[in-house]
Formats: sequence, C-alpha cells, structure tokens
Amino acid sequence: MALLQTLLLRMITTAVTLLGVAVIVFFVIRVVPGNPIAMMLPPGATAEDIATLTAIYGLDKSIPQQFLIWAGGVLQGDFGTSITLKQPVLALVLGRLPATLELSVLALGMAILIGGAAALTGTRLRETRVEGGIDIAQGVALSVPDFLWGLVLILVFGVLVPVFQISGRVTPSLQLPFVTDFYLVESVVRLRFDLTLDLLSHMLLPALALAIPLAAIIGQLLKQSLKETMHLDYVTLARTQGYSEAKVIWSQALPNAILPTLTLVGVQFTFLIGGTVIIERLFSYEGLGNMAIDAVINRDLPLIQGIVILFAVIFTGVNLLVDLTYAALNPRLRHG
Amino acid sequence: MAEGRFQVRRRAGVRLWLSAAWLILLVIVALFAPYIAPKDPLEQDLFSGRLPPFWVHGADASFVLGTDSLGRDVLSRIIFGTRIALGVAVVSASVTCIIGAALGLLAGFYRGWVDVLVSRFIDIWMAFPPVLFSILLIAVIGPGLFSIILAIVVIDWTRFARVIRAEAMAQGAMDYVASARVAGRGRFGILLREILPNVLPIIVVLLTLEMGIAVIVEAILSFVNLSISTDDPTWGGMISEGRTSIHQAWWVLVFPLITLFLTVLSFSQLGEGLKDRFDPVLR
Repeated sequence: MALLQTLLLRMITTAVTLLGVAVIVFFVIRVVPGNPIAMMLPPGATAEDIATLTAIYGLDKSIPQQFLIWAGGVLQGDFGTSITLKQPVLALVLGRLPATLELSVLALGMAILIGGAAALTGTRLRETRVEGGIDIAQGVALSVPDFLWGLVLILVFGVLVPVFQISGRVTPSLQLPFVTDFYLVESVVRLRFDLTLDLLSHMLLPALALAIPLAAIIGQLLKQSLKETMHLDYVTLARTQGYSEAKVIWSQALPNAILPTLTLVGVQFTFLIGGTVIIERLFSYEGLGNMAIDAVINRDLPLIQGIVILFAVIFTGVNLLVDLTYAALNPRLRHG
Repeated sequence: MAEGRFQVRRRAGVRLWLSAAWLILLVIVALFAPYIAPKDPLEQDLFSGRLPPFWVHGADASFVLGTDSLGRDVLSRIIFGTRIALGVAVVSASVTCIIGAALGLLAGFYRGWVDVLVSRFIDIWMAFPPVLFSILLIAVIGPGLFSIILAIVVIDWTRFARVIRAEAMAQGAMDYVASARVAGRGRFGILLREILPNVLPIIVVLLTLEMGIAVIVEAILSFVNLSISTDDPTWGGMISEGRTSIHQAWWVLVFPLITLFLTVLSFSQLGEGLKDRFDPVLR
C-alpha cells in the first residue's frame, strides 16, 4: 500500500517537473531576439515571404497560444518540424538518441568496472601505499570534470600515442549494413566484429572521459561501505572459518556493502548523460548532445525544445526508476 | 592506526597549501597581467604563426610558449586569460552563493510554502542537463561576459540551495534554536544570528567549489564559441582553437589546458581541504 502511494506520488511530481521544464524552455527560447525564419530565407526575401513562412511555423501567434498548440501536438506524438533540417523533430531526435544511449551505457559500464576494481583493490590492500595511491588518484579524478578529461585523453591517446579515434562515431568510408541506429549493439548481433572494433575505437575515449569522474565516486563510496562491513562480526566469523581475505571481501562483504553504491550510481548516471552534451561536441560524436548545440547555434526552436524535453524525460525517468528500486529494496520504506 | 590518521591529515594539509599557492599566484598574475605578459595578447603577426615553444627546434625565443595560427603569443594570452577566468569565477560564484544560500536558508528554516516552491524549482532545475541549459541561456541572452555570469547564477543556485536547505533544516531542529526561541528571539533574528553562523563553513566550502565550476563553465562556453569574441584571450577559446589545430600545433592546446586543469583542481582541492578542516567529526 505504502509502495503504491510512493509510486503514485512520484509519478505526479515527475509529471509536474516535466511540465515545468516544457513551460520554461518554451518561454525562454521565444524571448530570443533574432528571427529564425528570416535566417532560413535567402537574402532577397520580401517581408511577405517572411510573414507567410512565419505563419506556416505558427510563430505569428502569441506565446501562450503557441504553447497550447505545441503541447497538443506533443500529446499526439508530434513535436513539430525542425526549421534547419526540415524534418519531423521526433524522428530526428529518436535517430540520434541511440548513439547517445550507447555512449552513456558504455561509459557507465566502464565507470562501474574501474571504480569497483579500485574499491576492491583498495580494501584488499588497505593501509598500504597502494591504498594511498588509489585515494590520491580518485581525489584528482573527482576534482576535474569530464570536459577536461576528454581533452587530456585526446592529447594522450589521440595525438601523443595515436591508438584511438578522436572524432566521429564510425569511420565514414565504411559500408554500414545497419537497419537500426544502435550501431554498436547491431554490429555485435550481426557478428560484424570488424565494425564493432571500429565503433569501439571511436567511442572508447569519449566514454572514458565520461567514466573517470563517476568511477572515482563509485570507488570512494564502495570502499567506504566495504571498510565498514569488514569490521562486522559475520565477516570476522567467515575469516575464522578459513576463507581467504580476497574471498571474504568478494563473497561476504561485497553483497552487503553494495546497496548504497547502487543507489548513487542511478543518480550519478543522469549527470553522466548530461555530460554527453559537451563530450559529444569535443569528439564530434554524432549524438543528441552534438545535435543540441547545433540547434542552439542555428536557433532551431522546435528542435531545441524536443531535445531538451527528451533529456528531461531521460533524467526524471532514471531518477524515478532509482527511487522506485530503492523503495522496493528497502524494507523500511516498503512496509512504511 | 593513529599514525595513519596523522599522515592523512598532513597530506591533506599539503594539498590545501599547494592549491592555495597556485590560486594566489593566479591572482597576482591577473592583477599585474600587463606588467608580466611579454607581448600584447591581441597582437597578430602572420609571419610568425604557429611557432613552437622555446625548447623545440624552429622556435623564436621571444615567444616563450609559442604562437597560435595568427601569430599571437600563447603565454601572454594565458596570462590575460587569467583575468577573465578569475573575474568570472569570483563574481558569478559570489552572486550564485548569495542567492542560493538565501533561498536555501529561507526554505529550510521557515518551511511551509516557501519550501514547497523552492523544492519544486530545484526538482525542475535538476531535470535539465546543465551544459545544455547554459548554452541555451547564452543563445537567448547573447554572448558576452555578463551573459556567462548570468547563466552560471541561473543554473547553479540550486547547488547552494539544496545543501543549505538541508543544513538549515537540521540546525533548526537543534536545542540551541529552541532555547533562543524560549529566550524571546524573533524568527528572523534566530535565522541571522544563530543558524547563519553555523552554516557559514559549508557556505564557504560550496563557494570555493563553485569558483572551480564557474571556471569550467566559462571555458566550455568559450569552447563552443558562445563566450566573448574569439579575439579576447580566454582559456576556453584557446583550447577550442588548439583542438582544431592539434596535429599542427599541440602547444596551443597543451598550455592553456594545463593552466585550466591546475586551476580547477586547486579550487576543488581547496574546497575539499576546507571541508575537512571545518568538519568537527574529522577534527
């Protein structure tokens, strides 16, 4: 009962948040001085041409009217038409979303692997120089944001030791047999591992840039929880039963220590997705974030709107999922 | 164990002082930029474009860290860029801090409808990717230093509001607040004289961290060409140019990147170091 109530309440607040985002974005971008329609037409266009086209895009109506028309369309799955690309916003945005999702999930996986390995190693070798070294590395990794890590990685692995690609999603000259936009997934499904390798060599550096700060956060929190768990009686008991130290950490302490980290990963994942905007730009990766920056620079109002709303849906969706998982896993909340 | 703790403390101290030293150096460089910089940061010299730094073959020793594609001195541009970076950091972080902390204090201490309103806005703000939000805002209000500062304030006030709200709530439930109320102090007086001094350490920590964030935001906006004009020396603008000519002239990217990296790291380490100092549990 309490769970259902939590669920319902969270759904309502999420809906309110999304509406708030839609309203704010809609009004903010319409305060823009320059006329996007005038920018579309060739220099010789008459005032009449501009007026006709403005009416086609519905930009001649008052802002609240425009919002109602737009919101009505959105409810029917129509997000309008991009002014610069002249295609439906929904199709454009959904076409780019898989690229961003693949990058984000790859980055998340790398962050969990690196952070988890650092925490386990730090716990196994606690109170040694290795632990001190890991702590310092994590401190630095955490202090510097993904944008700077991206630049450092470009310099080191793109220029100094050029082993990875530093721009684009896939080598343009390759013939792509894909029917979906999930290139990485599809290349594996089709057993075209040559393409998988090419995709990965493009995605590795941007994903790593996104992963480094998150890996440090995961590593710090997991090690903290592990340390607390290692002092508990049942762990000592396992040790006296003759389990090796590594086995004690892995099979006794870890399952109990992992919960707070899992919750944190959910919340931090939204920050990681937000980071893709600038990282995609930095690596010329053809995802949603790169498209968003182009849309802003070109003042493509319907497209900006669609992208920001989609990002907001992803953000709130992930947060909702985390909260619900937490509520379902936490007995105190479940029986609250 | 006790010795280990001592070592950690000492290392934290070294970190704190190193960060402070780098930031003080930056302040001096910013203040005396015209006297320190060897060249005019805007002066173009198309005959000495893309000269490497002094130790590389083919360099002109008067351009210590080399030149960019328009023949402008990299070192002088970094030095003058310090002014913009620190200026934006100090002004935007301070304004963000005042607005965010005030809203957080009001929401956390008075609760009621103020809290509902502030919390709802925080929720909405959290649903925006911050980088996209800032680029959007700059596109709306137009590029320029003032716009960058405004964008940082508009986006980041929630960082302060969230933390200070929780802290004010926790402080408000403590005994000393109740006794101040019994002693007949007004609500606002309690907020100002009792709660504020107790959350001030956290505010200082957040302010320090925010300055590092502001430096990065300014660099990111310059990087996507939405900061001030590309002529003006900004670290982000230099990095943007360096990214495009990375295979011809790595020094245009490397030196501003190192400067930016150390600066962001220093603000962050200083903030974390202060947090450890202020935290009574750790002390």
